[in-house]
Amino acid sequence: MKEIIVLAEHRRGELRDVTWEMLSKGRQLAEGIGAEIGVALLGNGVNPLAEALKSKAHRVFLIEDPRLEAYNSETYEKVLTQLITERKPLLTLIGHTAMGMDFAPALAAHLKMPLATDCIGMDATGEAFSLTRQLYGGKVNATVSFLKKGPYMVTVRSGAFPALEKEALPGEMVKLPSPLTDEGLAKRFLQYVEAAVGEVDITQADILVSVGRGIKEAANIPMVKEFADAIGATLSCSRPVVDKKWLPKDRQVGTSGKTVKPKIYVAIGISGAFQHIAGMKGAGTVIAINKDPKAPIFGVATYGIVADLFKLVPVLKDKVKELRKS
Amino acid sequence: MNTVVCIKRVPETADADVSISKSGKDIDKSGLAFDLNEWDSYAIEEAILLKEKLGGTVTVLSVGGEDSNESLRKCLAMGADDAMRLTDPAFDGSDGFVTAKILAEAIRKIPYDLILTGTQAEDDGYGQVGIVVAELLGIPHAAVVNRLEIQDKKATVHRELEGGLEEVYEIDLPALLTIQTGINEPRYVSIMGIRKVAKKEIKTLGTSDLNLKPEEVGLSASDTQLEKIFLPPVGEGAEILEGKPEEIASKVFVILKDKGGLT
Repeated sequence: MKEIIVLAEHRRGELRDVTWEMLSKGRQLAEGIGAEIGVALLGNGVNPLAEALKSKAHRVFLIEDPRLEAYNSETYEKVLTQLITERKPLLTLIGHTAMGMDFAPALAAHLKMPLATDCIGMDATGEAFSLTRQLYGGKVNATVSFLKKGPYMVTVRSGAFPALEKEALPGEMVKLPSPLTDEGLAKRFLQYVEAAVGEVDITQADILVSVGRGIKEAANIPMVKEFADAIGATLSCSRPVVDKKWLPKDRQVGTSGKTVKPKIYVAIGISGAFQHIAGMKGAGTVIAINKDPKAPIFGVATYGIVADLFKLVPVLKDKVKELRKS
Repeated sequence: MNTVVCIKRVPETADADVSISKSGKDIDKSGLAFDLNEWDSYAIEEAILLKEKLGGTVTVLSVGGEDSNESLRKCLAMGADDAMRLTDPAFDGSDGFVTAKILAEAIRKIPYDLILTGTQAEDDGYGQVGIVVAELLGIPHAAVVNRLEIQDKKATVHRELEGGLEEVYEIDLPALLTIQTGINEPRYVSIMGIRKVAKKEIKTLGTSDLNLKPEEVGLSASDTQLEKIFLPPVGEGAEILEGKPEEIASKVFVILKDKGGLT
């Protein structure tokens, strides 16, 4: 029986959303080509997670070892090499996350498996897959095919597929021995470091005015801050603004920053990379200002303004001040 | 401390109006400005910071045509010692895996303690090449690194995880790290700085120099192939507010009030 195997991603005792998304999409693909779906869970004392996964797959491959307490690319590569070599799944799905990006390309190369990364669409016909991924920061989509025979590996973008509720699958528990030994690792996990707590908690704000790359330089940030103050909003930003040290990390909205759900979100000079949209799509009303009418932010915004922010924002500030007085 | 940095020259599309070329397999690049891939600018800066602190050399590599010299020279102007360009008509159509193979073969010829690449490229966004280079060279690796310290043949690295969390590893050198944006502040390169390195030789290496056979590179050796590109489907889309700035501002005021702001 053909098989699709999903790697369960978990951190500090919790399964991450991309796991459910991959299981949902993987199951749909498997049903279409007469395959079964399995899920691989690597960890230590992760039985509760294995139980939670059972109804989503035909099989749960559970590999437990104290050396799998925290994720490490070296241990994951060894364990998954054994699993994939034995099971020969037609397709292995791994999240295109900080974890998947750290080891999936090495594992695929080691096993000589064709790999397509960061996929947002997947279709299967027989044993042939057609993948959709994005180029140029999401400005265009591309259809990609494999040139060689499987087994294949695909890394899947978080949030690209919905996690659908379906009738339960058998979820046979398959406990596999760990191939790990006490042989030293060249890469050793030391600890997690929490994000620094800043003076402002943007997740608590009712209104956020968020500034992006379009602001061009640090000297222009006060212009946006003044508008934010005029409407009683908190100032936040997208990643490039933090990378350039124009605002502190605790102001960052997006995958690697904070997830926010304000009543109103005003995006100024933010093109709307998927990492940013993932952090603000729960906002009530989104007003986006961008000079590029094709900017992806307009796809998720409630209201869009195609304009030069340097001309518009000062007018917005003055007008709001004037109208609030009257 | 000898560091090798792999870089790529890419079109600047963040603020550009992008259209699809006639082939249907790429964007129309005429009229676009090109620059060093943003992630790579942080990788080269990190390598130069290490050299300034610990001594040693920085060698920069790129797979690409003559145009790539521009980005290699930018790296030289920033402080890299040597630049090499890997180029051959046979490389055309190489996917992420084959690109990694070409880079790995070139790196085998260079003494190194550390290899840095950007976490991904702005254009194809594979996030694959660096980690495959490490696998082909048989050295430890870490991706999405946003902090790095070197001591006693070991690197202490922070990896950026989701939600602001980081994980810290100790890694034996030699190792390959893929660098995340924001790890440092890439230095500015002046036109004078570029001029100073304008005459510096950039070595080129092709298939035979790298002990590769033509059938081991290019599209025929690749695992994946791009079929076509298309503009992403637009969601429901925003209601576009039009008019003079003052008129738009009045509309925004009404929306803010309606949706529970300005209380």
